[in-house]
Amino acid sequence: MIVSVQDLTVTYRGSPMPALSGITLDIAEGERLAIIGESGSGKSTFGLALAGLLPANTTMSGTVSRAGDRAPVGGRDIGMVFQDPGTSLNPVLTVGEQVAEVARRHLRLHWRDAYRRAADLLARVRLPDPEKALRAYPHQLSGGQRQRVAIAAAIAANPKLLIADEATSALDVLVQAEIAALLRELVEERGMTLLFITHDIALASTLADRIAVFRHGQLVDIGLAARVLGQPEPYTAELIGSHLDLQTPPLIDRPAA
Amino acid sequence: MQHALVLLRRRLISSIPVLLIVVVGTFFLLEAAPGDAVDAYLAGIGGGDAAMVEQLRQSYGLDQSIWARLWTYLLSLLRLDLGWSVAFDRPILQLIGERLPNTLLLMGSATALSFSLGSLLGILAGARPGSFTDRALSIGSLALYAVPSFWLGLVLSVVFAVQLRWLPTSGIETIASGKAGLDRALDIARHLVLPVGALGFIYLALFIRTMRAGMAEVWRQDFALAARAKGLSRPRIVFRHVARNALLPLVTLLGLQSATMLGGSVVIESIFAIPGFGRLAQEAVAGRDAPLLMGIIVVSALLVIVVNLLVDIAYGLLDPRVGTSEQAA
Amino acid sequence: MSFFARLLHSPEGLVGLLLLLLLAAAALLAPVLFPTDPLSIVAAPLTAPFTNGSVPLGTDRLGRNVLAALVHGARASLLVGLAAAAVAILVGALVGTLAGFSGGFIDEALMRVVDAFQIVPGFLLALAFVSVIGASLPTVVLAIALGAWTGPARLARAEVLSLRERDFVAAARVIGMHPLEIALREVLPNALPPVLALTAVIAAGAVLTESALSFLGLGDPNIVTWGSMIAEGRNVLRTAPFLSLAPGLALVITVLGIYLFAEGLSDALARRRIRQ
Repeated sequence: MIVSVQDLTVTYRGSPMPALSGITLDIAEGERLAIIGESGSGKSTFGLALAGLLPANTTMSGTVSRAGDRAPVGGRDIGMVFQDPGTSLNPVLTVGEQVAEVARRHLRLHWRDAYRRAADLLARVRLPDPEKALRAYPHQLSGGQRQRVAIAAAIAANPKLLIADEATSALDVLVQAEIAALLRELVEERGMTLLFITHDIALASTLADRIAVFRHGQLVDIGLAARVLGQPEPYTAELIGSHLDLQTPPLIDRPAA
Repeated sequence: MQHALVLLRRRLISSIPVLLIVVVGTFFLLEAAPGDAVDAYLAGIGGGDAAMVEQLRQSYGLDQSIWARLWTYLLSLLRLDLGWSVAFDRPILQLIGERLPNTLLLMGSATALSFSLGSLLGILAGARPGSFTDRALSIGSLALYAVPSFWLGLVLSVVFAVQLRWLPTSGIETIASGKAGLDRALDIARHLVLPVGALGFIYLALFIRTMRAGMAEVWRQDFALAARAKGLSRPRIVFRHVARNALLPLVTLLGLQSATMLGGSVVIESIFAIPGFGRLAQEAVAGRDAPLLMGIIVVSALLVIVVNLLVDIAYGLLDPRVGTSEQAA
Repeated sequence: MSFFARLLHSPEGLVGLLLLLLLAAAALLAPVLFPTDPLSIVAAPLTAPFTNGSVPLGTDRLGRNVLAALVHGARASLLVGLAAAAVAILVGALVGTLAGFSGGFIDEALMRVVDAFQIVPGFLLALAFVSVIGASLPTVVLAIALGAWTGPARLARAEVLSLRERDFVAAARVIGMHPLEIALREVLPNALPPVLALTAVIAAGAVLTESALSFLGLGDPNIVTWGSMIAEGRNVLRTAPFLSLAPGLALVITVLGIYLFAEGLSDALARRRIRQ
């Protein structure tokens, strides 16, 4: 068990309602846990809370305990990939620097070694021409390529836990599948634990071992993916039912012929 | 380098019509004055007979029609001839050439001081928005920004030059001191401390405020959160990620403020009796020397264009996103 | 919370409003409090402040009442600040709107004119203008506006251009809103904060520029201004520094008041928009 959350309640400053109420769940080491829910369900807040990135004036109660005694450090113990790669990369620094700085900071490497490691990582996330990419700026890359860079930076110091907060939501559909596949590969080969936050149930079903369902800041269901989706709680059933695909009947009635 | 050259070419081309408007506009404005330089000269020497007046006018070309004079002026501009100063009895270009370096030294030092100190203090304030340091610097800089620079100059002069006698009250160097090399440089530096302070403090306040605001804005960006998520050291996040981005609007501001600072130098140079370009403007007004004032305005406009060009090139070096659209265009 | 309540809620807005009210009171009540011409000689020259009851802040080199001059000077500063800002915004808005709507060559030509006015340092332009036309309050106002109208012009043009682009404008048009209604209900509330911020900046700059012009002897010679007081006091700077310090402080308080009020105003407007 890598993280144990007990009765976590989070309220942002100035907000009357809590963003999370009484969340209790464990994350097992090496598992792939997906958190699904609609906007405002608190799933992103959960990710930020685990990573210790909530604003300083947020009220938190409950406990988040981790294996090991020292407090977790971003980059070294937890890697985070954000939703919009267009804004989560610093526009004025090279891609290489933004990956290398993580390695330098947590692996205590000199810049040269850090850059070499960055090149390896960029190759691993399958960026074409990694050497050239080191010197490229974010605006010169496509959305999918930027997200690969973000993933490379997140895993650069070999963290145990990788949190992907809507990491595919801002990408084109084909690219989404590629990034999801990349995440699965990386997590497997490095033995990382993956916390995957998404509103896309289909994606969660293909990627996750276990699924947790959030609604209005509360945990509605948690369990093996097959069970949560196959024998769903009423709310989960609603979510599944509202999922649109080619089999869904048309929403707008055709006029009578 | 490529971007700089493209910018240079573009800027030169678009500047010509603007300069033309400046020249023609100023020319007609100064024409509206009752009386001309010859009148002022005559007032100074106590009048003269009609024949002498006519002769003076002819020699300065002031007897021709307005359009003829405008045309002559434009042509002479192309030859880099700014005309003759009646008040100083010297070629205007030469006069400006003598005075401009002093003002450039004054402005350059004031800009360097206010920009570097301003960004550092702004970063200090912006490192933790809402902290005590931030609020203190915010209020302090607002108060400083409200101070008239010429009054500040007087106050500094009273305190440091008159009461404490640490620094000289006027001039740019000790006259006929015979100093040379490093000694002379130090002497000039001593004389410039107060004027640079008076001119620079106001812009210091502006830069602090802009950097503060810029940092607050950048902290709200996703990549600032991502930098924190990576567990980077605090100094690295503050300087390399946040401040590095907040620097960009500050550089733009530099360009915009260059014109204002040139105007500000007029009063500061008058207070501290610095023989500079700004003070020359005041002397031109006092001597009703329209050609000189004209030349000053034209050179000012040119100076602002050059400074803006340099600033834009610097901006292009700092922001890698710039230049890509120009290459595509 | 009503708009005024929000304004008073911010400390900056409150202090700024108080300072400006103080200034306005001084300006309006000047002829009541000090009916005699402030330029007239009333007591012995160079009386120290806080020594003589009839001249609480002392007298200057010629024996004129400093307090009376300070209060009367508020009128010049307030007038110039407001008038210059008004003229600059009016002219700028006109030119900018015209450029934005016309497009093409007229837009280009007008923007070159704006560029021309922007690259000549405002103070030099004001200097030249006042020296040519003559020093009087209206001339000073015009001179300052000459340098300040470019900001409003660019702002107005940008707003007009965005009128064509904005999604919500297109949406409003689709549901049949009249263009004028769109302008008033959709575009104007968004344009208001930058316009107000600009007004404050221009007004504050106008007060400072006027004082600098007066200091150089190029202000209106028939009225008392803080700038001319500072220039006067400069002659006796070593022996009676108070004569230059007091009007300078008055200037600082005035400009500070304008800035604080503007910050409070924009805070109040920003909070309203977030709520909506």
